[in-house]
Amino acid sequence: MNAAPLVKMEMISADINLALAGLIGFGFGFMLERAGFGSAIRLTGQWYGKDWSVFRVMFTAIVTAMFGIIILESLDLISGEAIYINNTYLYPQIGGGLLMGAGFVIGGYCPGTSFVALASGKLDAIFYILGLMFGSFVFAEAWPLIESFASKGNLGKITLPQLFDWSPWMVGFLVLLIAIVGTWGANYLEKKFT
Amino acid sequence: MQNESIQRQPYWSNTVAGIGLGLVLLAAYYIAGRGLGGSGALARSTAAIAFLFAPEHTGGMSYFSRYFEEGKIIMSDWLVFQVIGVFLGGLFGALTAGRFGKSVDKGKRISNGQRFFFASIGGMVMGLGARLARGCTSGQALSGGATLAVGSWAFMLALFAGGFLTAYFVRRLWI
Repeated sequence: MNAAPLVKMEMISADINLALAGLIGFGFGFMLERAGFGSAIRLTGQWYGKDWSVFRVMFTAIVTAMFGIIILESLDLISGEAIYINNTYLYPQIGGGLLMGAGFVIGGYCPGTSFVALASGKLDAIFYILGLMFGSFVFAEAWPLIESFASKGNLGKITLPQLFDWSPWMVGFLVLLIAIVGTWGANYLEKKFT
Repeated sequence: MQNESIQRQPYWSNTVAGIGLGLVLLAAYYIAGRGLGGSGALARSTAAIAFLFAPEHTGGMSYFSRYFEEGKIIMSDWLVFQVIGVFLGGLFGALTAGRFGKSVDKGKRISNGQRFFFASIGGMVMGLGARLARGCTSGQALSGGATLAVGSWAFMLALFAGGFLTAYFVRRLWI
């Protein structure tokens, strides 16, 4: 029997799980800080081709966690079915992604990094977070108008391996290839723009 | 207020920070069976604050009903604890690297006031976008990306497209 996810297999209690959430968050915040993502200057360098750190760190993290899950699953150390997979709602996710990209350049942070910026003493992060809360409130108020669009393109919990009918390894190596080619391209563009 | 006792350390390389971040994400899946999040806890907190000021109105908002249980907003949530951890981890990171200090991150051509204004606007746009996409850069791009969710990859492509398309029009803010 799979031993993980620990909380789903009742290896740890719900209370321990909450405490560990704090610890996991601590690691997340620490890594974001060390990556330099508590700085809006560094983060927004991405959008002007000067600093591709956002792309490189994000893809390195995705490749690491992705292969971690694939390997643990193939060794029967984690249950793939018990892991939460995001639901796909194609249109609102594309719409939301475009909005978030625009908001990222205007506001300088993304939600996770804004907490690290706040913790680093960045005063602009306070305004960003207040904006974020206001945006969430406006969204909730407007929900009756948004709901139908927000539910469009519902494909359920579908993954790329299921969509293409490939093995996770195959898709994993494709993602790795995108990450390597992307990094190579990013390094080239960085030299060209600076 | 710059912490002078600790010398300012350089950032970690993209590879080292990326692998570290990936291992934290893997730990989240191994322990809790779920990925990392940034915006969900804030939406929940927003509901809690709104409830404090206008309990009847907030209780009637159908979108916020997901955060209620028996007429109360539940704050002992996984993402809430995780976000508190993010703040503390960021604080520890900034202090130990000599990067803690009161400052404003902005381009050279705008004032602090202008930066605060645009930070609020950008935050608001991202607040709307994150709710619409059912997650943000952490919950969708990073976590959904690692679990190869189709919609999360569509989100990620859209996010990069949205960023690059907008960058030119707001270049005065940063360069």
